[in-house]
Amino acid sequence: MPFINYAAREINCKIVYYGPGLCGKTTNIQFIHRRTRANAKGKLISLATETDRTLFFDFMPLELGTIRGFRARFHLYTVPGQVFYEASRKMILKGADGLVFVADSQEVRMDANLDSVETMKGNLREQGFDPQNVPYVLQLNKRDLPTALGADELSDSLRFRNEPVFEAVATEGPGVFETLKEVIKQVLHDLKKR
Amino acid sequence: MGSASFVILEEDYSRFLSVLEKIGRETNAKLVFLLDKAGRQIASTGEMTEVDPTSLASLAAGNVAATEGVAQLVGEEEFATLFHEGRHDNVHISVVSNRVILLIVFDERSSLGLVRLRVDQSSAELMTLCKEIETRSESGAGVAALAATTAPFAEITDEDIDALFG
Repeated sequence: MPFINYAAREINCKIVYYGPGLCGKTTNIQFIHRRTRANAKGKLISLATETDRTLFFDFMPLELGTIRGFRARFHLYTVPGQVFYEASRKMILKGADGLVFVADSQEVRMDANLDSVETMKGNLREQGFDPQNVPYVLQLNKRDLPTALGADELSDSLRFRNEPVFEAVATEGPGVFETLKEVIKQVLHDLKKR
Repeated sequence: MGSASFVILEEDYSRFLSVLEKIGRETNAKLVFLLDKAGRQIASTGEMTEVDPTSLASLAAGNVAATEGVAQLVGEEEFATLFHEGRHDNVHISVVSNRVILLIVFDERSSLGLVRLRVDQSSAELMTLCKEIETRSESGAGVAALAATTAPFAEITDEDIDALFG
């Protein structure tokens, strides 16, 4: 659950961007970093390979303001998408408060999307989470590409509960903040159930 | 979400802080930092005010998680201690009670032996404190404390959240 620090009057939430390799998880975080005012964000840390593929994780702290008198701080993480980094992905899910699944809309990446959704559900269960109840948003990225499948077709294949779906072009920005806002909304509303 | 709740009350925070301050005094450390395994800062003390604590906590937890992965691959349950040696500053990281991580930054005013000794001595205190918090969190009092903790957020509205995004 979110880490509430009464002494400092702040609430800390961990949000993880999950998805197959090269789907745009890091691009989402980079866009958020570029478009956030300097005093609201911390350093964007990327543990990447020489070819800019995420090796371990990207991390960015984001402070959006106060809610009910508490400073709301969000820790945004991405997992490495490549299949062989399974161990890293599991670790990063530890203590997550909300998830965004970033799907690659291109037809050739459909199998990778489906595999990634299934491994995500398995990894969540291993960490003690119920995939049906986790604050969760599906983002269909790369909507600008000519090879993108229809949004309805993608949604039908990738949704496994009644999760909200956002279309996005993470390189340009459409859908990026909408996705983040929705997952934050779910995380904060989730607190009410406790 | 998944993990059991671990509600740190203000008096717990003060007790954590006093243990950290004691370690800091006894080791001449530049920074003594306590975080949880998910990478969230619990308490810290020391002179390194220029270090970004959020990034430090995230990377240290990642470091511990990766090392645990290595431990399991070679058949160990965990490597409870990590040590990074730098030209001027060194970092000693230890996992306490399988729940929290104690990170100490020190320079030539201290030594690895002294840090290890003091960490060993203080770990028992931190462990006791963690156990007390765990036991309380699972009890009726813990549930009540959790309810009190989340009470300010019970009335959150969509408008509150919209306001965060301006």
